[in-house]
Amino acid sequence: MNNLVDLDTPASPALATPPRASRAYVLPLIVFAIFALVPLSALWGSQSFILALVTRIMILALAAMSLDLLIGYGAMISFGHAAYVGLGAYSVAILASHGITDGFIQLAVALGVSLIFALFTGAISLRTKGVYFIMITLAFGQMLFFLGTSLAAYGGDDGLTLASRSMFFGSKFLKNDVAMYYVAFGVLLGAYLLLRAIVASRFGRVLRGIRENPVRMEAIGFAPYRYQLTAYVIAGMIAGVSGFLLANQTEFVSPAYTAWQRSGDLIFVLVLGGLGSLHGAIIGAAVFSLLADILSHYTENWALIFGPILILVVLYARGGITGLFGSKL
Amino acid sequence: MSNAPLQLQNICKNYGALRVTDDVSLNIEAGELHAIIGPNGAGKTTLIHQISGHAQSDSGRIIFDGQDVSRLPMAERARMGLVRSFQITSILPRFSALENVAIAVQARSGSSFSFLGNASKEPALNDTAMTLLSRFGLAARAGVPAGQMSHGEKRQLEIAIALAAKPKLLLLDEPLAGTSHDESQRLINTLQELRKELPIVLIEHDMDAVFALADRVSVLVYGRIIASGSPQSIRDNAEVRAAYLGEEAA
Repeated sequence: MNNLVDLDTPASPALATPPRASRAYVLPLIVFAIFALVPLSALWGSQSFILALVTRIMILALAAMSLDLLIGYGAMISFGHAAYVGLGAYSVAILASHGITDGFIQLAVALGVSLIFALFTGAISLRTKGVYFIMITLAFGQMLFFLGTSLAAYGGDDGLTLASRSMFFGSKFLKNDVAMYYVAFGVLLGAYLLLRAIVASRFGRVLRGIRENPVRMEAIGFAPYRYQLTAYVIAGMIAGVSGFLLANQTEFVSPAYTAWQRSGDLIFVLVLGGLGSLHGAIIGAAVFSLLADILSHYTENWALIFGPILILVVLYARGGITGLFGSKL
Repeated sequence: MSNAPLQLQNICKNYGALRVTDDVSLNIEAGELHAIIGPNGAGKTTLIHQISGHAQSDSGRIIFDGQDVSRLPMAERARMGLVRSFQITSILPRFSALENVAIAVQARSGSSFSFLGNASKEPALNDTAMTLLSRFGLAARAGVPAGQMSHGEKRQLEIAIALAAKPKLLLLDEPLAGTSHDESQRLINTLQELRKELPIVLIEHDMDAVFALADRVSVLVYGRIIASGSPQSIRDNAEVRAAYLGEEAA
C-alpha cells in the first residue's frame, strides 16, 4: 500500500534472532548519546549557538516523531500537524502575557487545548480518506493560522514576545540554556520511549494493522475510526508539547508556527529520515535543520536545493536515511 | 419464529439502477454447511458483503444469533461472531503469518486500548495463534511475512484468521479461488473438519467441492434465489440446470 513506510513489524518470536533484535537499539542509542553529549561542545567554545540549534532540532524532532505515529504507523497523512505546535506555543505566550508563568499550568493548558482541537478536528477529518483527509487537515491547520493572525491582542501577524520563560516550582532555571537543552532532551527521550511502547502495544498493533489493510481489520472486529482518532489525539498532544518547548526556546510565538509550510516541513523531515521508525524523525530533523543552516550560509534560496534532495530520497532511498542503514536497524 | 442462527429476510441491494440482490430470504440452520452457487455476476459476493456488514442492505432484515444486525457495521457483527473471508485474499501483508492470526485472537480477548506491553510477546495470543497455524499446516511458516507466502498458503491463512476471531458462523467467499489442485484438496479437507464445528455459508465455483461439502445448496441467479435444497435436488432441478449447471456442461 504505502511503499514509503519502513518494514517495522516487530519480528515474531519465531524470527527474532538475538543479534538482530539488539541491533535495532543501536541507531537510536547513538542518536540519543550524541544529543546527551552536545552541551560538552562548550569546551570548544561557541556554545550558545550550537545549544540553540540542537535544542531546536530536538523540538522539531519531537513534532515530527508525533506525526510519524500518524503517517508512518497509521497511514493518516495529516498536512496540518504544525497547528498543534502553534497551539502549544500560544498556550505559553498568551498565559505568560497575563502573568501566568507557571510551567505546569502552561503545559496543562497546552496539552488540554491540543487534546480538544485534535478530538474535534480528528473526529471530522477521519470520516474522509486519502487526498480528502490531507486537504481537510490542511484546512483546519490554516484555520488556526488565520485565527492567529487575527489575534490583535496577542500580536496578530507580528507574533508575541515572551516576557520570560516558564517557571517550574517557582524557579527560573529554564532561563539557563543548558537547562533548556536538557529539558528538551528529556522530553524527546520520554516521548520516544512512550511512542516506542505504544507502537508495539496492542493498540499500536491494531493501528499498524489498519495501515496495512483496514477492511481486514474490520472483518476481525476492529472499528478503525476509534483507534485512528485515539492516535490522532496522542500525536496532537505530543506536538503540543513541542510547541510549549519551542515558545520557551525562542521566547517568541507567531502565527507562522502553524503555517502549512511548517506542516510540510514536518512531512519532509519524516520522508528524509525514514517513515515508521520514530528515530527516523529525529535523524530527519537533524539533517533537515543542519542542511538548512549550512545552505543558508551560501544562498538565500536554500529551499531550492531542498526540493531536489527530497526527490532523490523518494526515488533512490525509499526508507529515508534510516532505510540506508537497513530496514531492521 | 425460526431459531436458525442466521436468517435473511427479504434483503435487497441496488447499485444505482442495477438490482444486485433481489428479495433474498434464507435461513442458515445450526450445524449446516450451506453453499451458495450461481453464475458470475449473480450477486453472490454482494450477498456476503450484506451479511457481513461490509455493504449495508437497502431493505430487508438480517437476524444473527437472535438479534437484528441489519444496521450494524462489519466490525460489530464480527465481534458478535459473524466472521467472513474474502474472495480476493485479504491479509496484513507485512505482518508475519503468526501476527496475522494473533491480532485476530487479540480482537476477541481483552481490550485493545492498551498502550503498554509488547503485543507480539503476549504468550496467550501467540499460543492460540500458533495452535491455529499448526492446524492449517502453517506452523513452519509462522515467521514469514504473510505477503511473501504462496497463494495457497494465504488462502489457508485467511481461514485461520477468521477462526481466530471466534466465529459462531463463518462466511467463506470462494476460498478455493485460484488455488492449485493440491491446494484446493487441502482446503476441502480443512472445510470438512470445520463444518463439524460451526455453521458455514460457502460461496464456491468449484462444483465438485460444493457437492462434496454442502448439506444444502441455494442457487442465486440475477440476485434471486431460484432454488434451495439438498445437493441432489439441486442437481436434478431443471431450472437450475438451464440457468447454471447447463452452461457448465455445454
